[in-house]
Amino acid sequence: MADFNINNIMETIQMIKVHHLDIRTVTLALSLRDCISTDIKETGDKIHSKILKYAKNLSKYADDIENEFSIPIINKRIAVTPISLIGEAAKDMDYVYLAKVLDDAANQVGVDFIGGFSALVEKGCTKGDIALISSIPEALQKTQRVCSSVNLATSKAGINMNAVLKMGEIIKETANLTADKDGIGAAKLVCFCNSVSDNPFMAGAYCGINEPECALNIGVSGPGVVKWAVQNMPKDADLGEVSNLIKKTSFKITTTGELIGRELASRLAIPFGVIDLSLAPTPAENDSVAGIFKAMGLEQAGAHGTTAALAMLNDAVKKGGTMASSYVGGLSGAFIPVSEDAEMIEAVNKGALTIDKLEAMTCVCSVGLDMIAIPGNTPNSTISGIIADEMAIGMINKKTTAVRIIPVPNKVEGDKAVYGGLLGEAPVMSVNKYSSAGFVNRGGRIPAPIHSLNN
Amino acid sequence: MSKQRIIVTISGLDKIGIVASVSAKLAELNVNIEDIKQTIMQDFFVMVMLCDISNSAKSFKEIKDEIIENSEKLGMEAWIQKKDIFDKMHTI
Repeated sequence: MADFNINNIMETIQMIKVHHLDIRTVTLALSLRDCISTDIKETGDKIHSKILKYAKNLSKYADDIENEFSIPIINKRIAVTPISLIGEAAKDMDYVYLAKVLDDAANQVGVDFIGGFSALVEKGCTKGDIALISSIPEALQKTQRVCSSVNLATSKAGINMNAVLKMGEIIKETANLTADKDGIGAAKLVCFCNSVSDNPFMAGAYCGINEPECALNIGVSGPGVVKWAVQNMPKDADLGEVSNLIKKTSFKITTTGELIGRELASRLAIPFGVIDLSLAPTPAENDSVAGIFKAMGLEQAGAHGTTAALAMLNDAVKKGGTMASSYVGGLSGAFIPVSEDAEMIEAVNKGALTIDKLEAMTCVCSVGLDMIAIPGNTPNSTISGIIADEMAIGMINKKTTAVRIIPVPNKVEGDKAVYGGLLGEAPVMSVNKYSSAGFVNRGGRIPAPIHSLNN
Repeated sequence: MSKQRIIVTISGLDKIGIVASVSAKLAELNVNIEDIKQTIMQDFFVMVMLCDISNSAKSFKEIKDEIIENSEKLGMEAWIQKKDIFDKMHTI
């Protein structure tokens, strides 16, 4: 039997058992467009029953598949239509109520997170967008599983600086309302440029208005597997060989995700959406993207050369993964969160990695500034300045960028914020002490960039 | 009925009676062994069996639990997975 190869079997088991290969998330994307009503209670009831109808078996079937293939499925999630659109027709735009409905439904069907408490405001805000954004701090305080995202910029529309300014304040308020848990509310809130409508990862998952009624999107993980593969190469292997090995490894990781995704979608009798080829780290030992940089030969993440290493990694992951799946989407690439990656935390603690270097790395990574703790007394305008910089990188480079930053209440540089679980823990990092206020307070929009004369 | 193939991987310190015990358990469950390979990896005995469970009266989960329980009595670790995961991962 030609396909019964003991080495392949042992490699697969080793990848899962020792090197943390897992399915990070199975995310059910669900349109709520048919839940709109002029009565907010009716909207809530419709949302609740629709989620229960479509997601009632998600958790059980995912557990069955996890058992049958012996591969961990870490999170089950739901992503819904941006809620700003769904609540807007109601006379009483009570978005906190809708957040509670989402939380309650997520709890009942046993998923870990529900995303889509979102607004898309790159060009400007409607009444519903404004109401939703203003309700984010209270919504995230009063719910456990709800995640929120706001798209502030695109390469085609430019940057909505009024909204950037507002989000500086909202992030601070969200952190302050959850001060007892080191501002965890802000860990469930992300600002985007060029947000992606089929992304299965939190906090930024939502079901775009261009998406079908429902679909199952998959996020794979596996930085531990890539690190292991690179570590086992000869130290003098050139970077072409390293890149090639990452491609092959990414192929293997992705095929597994595709298999699980298609199997689960078929049991749920819904279409398979996309697989998001992401290297998403966890705080577990050796499940680290920063660890891959070390395996490539950098002493610490943040050393000069890190941006180049990340660019190569990100590209090789995409090249290998696209071969392995019919439909690739989402954020696809290497994530560089700080709190969720043990060796990134180590790099920050050793002074090797600063927020400025992280910003440079976001030019070539899959998303952006992610899970970064900053001092609680950081001015709102400085947070807006950080967001504006990140939005500009995404806008000009035509890529998705994001900011998920936590001004940890009552903590200063060098302290530690602890969130637990997948969110991990983060050293509080310093930010530039000079003011951005005069610039961000101008408001208005930064116009969309010219798409020629690329220099 | 079409075949339902699983891979049973047993590992641990080598001792007398591993193959006999696991095979007896599989026979009791009416699971057919189609192929067996074994090797020594980092001082551990590793046995991989390709099995067809389509004629067993028990479900995948029951078969998995019983094989794991039987292996634990032997002091061995067992991994049971549907075969598709290996086919997908290692084939273009």
